Amino acid sequence: MRVLIIEDDAQLGAYLSKALREVGATVDHAADGREGLLLAAANDYDVLVVDRMLPSLDGLAVLRTLRASENNTPVLILSALGEVDDRVEGLRAGGDDYLVKPFAFSELHARIEALMRRAVPEDQPQTHFKVGDLELDLLTREVTRGGKKIPLQPREFRLLEYLMRHAGQVVTRTMLLEHVWDYHFDPQTNVIDVHISRLRGKIDRDFEQPLVHTVRGAGYVLREP
Amino acid sequence: MQSAPDRAREILASSTFRLALLYAFLMGGSVLILLGFIYWSTAVYMTRQTDATIEAEIKGLAEQYRRSGLTGLTTLVAERSAHSPRGASVYLLADADYRPVVGNIEAWPGVEPDREGWIDFRLREAVDADADRDEEHAARAKVFRLQGGLRLLVGRDVRDLTAIRTLIREALGWGLAFTVALALVGGWLMSAGIKRRIESVNQVGREIMEGDLSRRVPTDGSGDEFDQLAVNLNRMLARIEMLMASVRQVSDNIAHDLRTPLSRLHTKLSQLRDVDLGAEAAAGVDEAIADAEELLAAFNALLRIARVESGSRRAAFADLDPVVLLHDVAELYEPLAADKGQQLAVSPSQPDAGAGGLRIHGDRDLLFQALANLLDNAIKYTPAGGRIHVSVAAHNGQVVLRVSDSGPGIPPELHGKVVQRFYRVDASRSEPGHGLGLSLVQAVAQLHGAELRLADAAPGLEVTLRLRAAAPAGNGHPRRE
Repeated sequence: MRVLIIEDDAQLGAYLSKALREVGATVDHAADGREGLLLAAANDYDVLVVDRMLPSLDGLAVLRTLRASENNTPVLILSALGEVDDRVEGLRAGGDDYLVKPFAFSELHARIEALMRRAVPEDQPQTHFKVGDLELDLLTREVTRGGKKIPLQPREFRLLEYLMRHAGQVVTRTMLLEHVWDYHFDPQTNVIDVHISRLRGKIDRDFEQPLVHTVRGAGYVLREP
Repeated sequence: MQSAPDRAREILASSTFRLALLYAFLMGGSVLILLGFIYWSTAVYMTRQTDATIEAEIKGLAEQYRRSGLTGLTTLVAERSAHSPRGASVYLLADADYRPVVGNIEAWPGVEPDREGWIDFRLREAVDADADRDEEHAARAKVFRLQGGLRLLVGRDVRDLTAIRTLIREALGWGLAFTVALALVGGWLMSAGIKRRIESVNQVGREIMEGDLSRRVPTDGSGDEFDQLAVNLNRMLARIEMLMASVRQVSDNIAHDLRTPLSRLHTKLSQLRDVDLGAEAAAGVDEAIADAEELLAAFNALLRIARVESGSRRAAFADLDPVVLLHDVAELYEPLAADKGQQLAVSPSQPDAGAGGLRIHGDRDLLFQALANLLDNAIKYTPAGGRIHVSVAAHNGQVVLRVSDSGPGIPPELHGKVVQRFYRVDASRSEPGHGLGLSLVQAVAQLHGAELRLADAAPGLEVTLRLRAAAPAGNGHPRRE
């Protein structure tokens, strides 16, 4: 995994580089927009992490220039602004995901993983998912585990679908809110945890091996035991 | 659209109309004085003229009597009566018992003369020879006592005078009525015209207060007072907008400059947590992480409120169905309520009850955030086993979102305070939170031109959010992104 970080905050940039290397990525770090653009154009990265506010060349300008030259590397935009119109602006400029500072590294890592997964084109849309003995079918809207049918509420179904699409990856609570509930907001309570625990009650409780795991300080992961 | 009575009431209440009314009053007064003077100088003058003529004639007759005695007077009266048998002049010589001696009227008028001897009476006169039809005229006469108990009455038929007087009085009445009517209509038109121009300024003012600072007062380039007012207001607005933009720039910079080190602190602590620490150190780091998160959450909430209050988020407004929104919020929080053994009721109970066609215009995420904050509070402060009710309904062209609970409620005197930043009713602060939830709800309400009201649900708290209803579904915009 090759990652380019374009971040003017030297300390944050250094920390992100170090943390990403620890999880096995090859990282380049550019401290301003111009340098970042040159690096991104010259090399083949898997993911770009671009800060919005940059000296010499704004993050969005970097993004637009890249997209104009048909560089479709997934881009995660970092910003301290974090309002919807900024988010919309960032996504319109060609960003694939948007993360508001401050964030936990686990959140960034989870989103980078998700972006890389998305970058792999599928021959045809997947309609059947299988993790261990848990199966989910989008066409029949049926969930079974070990051949036993599990009835789920529509939202639980969508939650499980998202977890299964990202099986083996950590998904954060914010990612779940954004993709399963489709709202960008800040819950004052960890409402997501309650939904997860309900889902667990249905797909894990009566089985020996739990599939949904909590990742401390990050979120959840669905994976085979 | 405004209904006609509403419009009329509005115009009646407008200061321009009251001014027009005052002018109508003054104009009516002037016309009244003018016509009064004309009336006085014609009618009264003519009466005096008549009186003077009568007095002169009496004086002449009295002179004749003194010179040539009763015979001379009788002859003269008879002569003059013959000249005008039933004409403009009236003569009657009567004895002490009011029996007519000579003259051109049949009987002494049955009216007592006033102190100076003047009599106003009705003069009956046969119009035709057959005397079937009588006509009464107004007449004015003066009585003169002669020696030997004789009375001489000399008068004038004053029907023309009376007619003129009536005419003038009528003209005066009509003139006054027309003046007042014209002034009222003119005042109405004038005030409607001025009101329209002022209303255009007011409308822009309201839109700006709702957060759309890019609005400007329309100018027509005529350079009149209203145009100058509009130009000056627009300059002022441009200046305010510029200042607000720079404030926003500053707060963005603060956000950028302060949140970044805060996030580094958080990250470092998280990193430290991954190192194998002793149990005691790990607990300390966990606490520090929690503190940092709380600090960040408060900081983010504060910045979010500031951004919402600046009104810049109107860009993300779109038409949406409040029923769907409410059900999404309720669905997200329902397990939380269930965990506390609370009953969460939603009405209307089906999200597809959008058959009612409720639409509002607003920012989907912010409205969701506001409702989430309200519901979160309700769940947090309502004891286990309590009831929470969220509803949406149309009322008087408004969409009313309501969250009520059976919790302890908030004393009415604190209703105004809880929307202030960092204010918390629970002084012991035993529940987690930073006291910014309702401030954000208030800011969101303000951004949407909505009214946030707290009330006693007896028992519990009832929070209502009244939004303007948007046009019915069908022309809604698709969700952004």
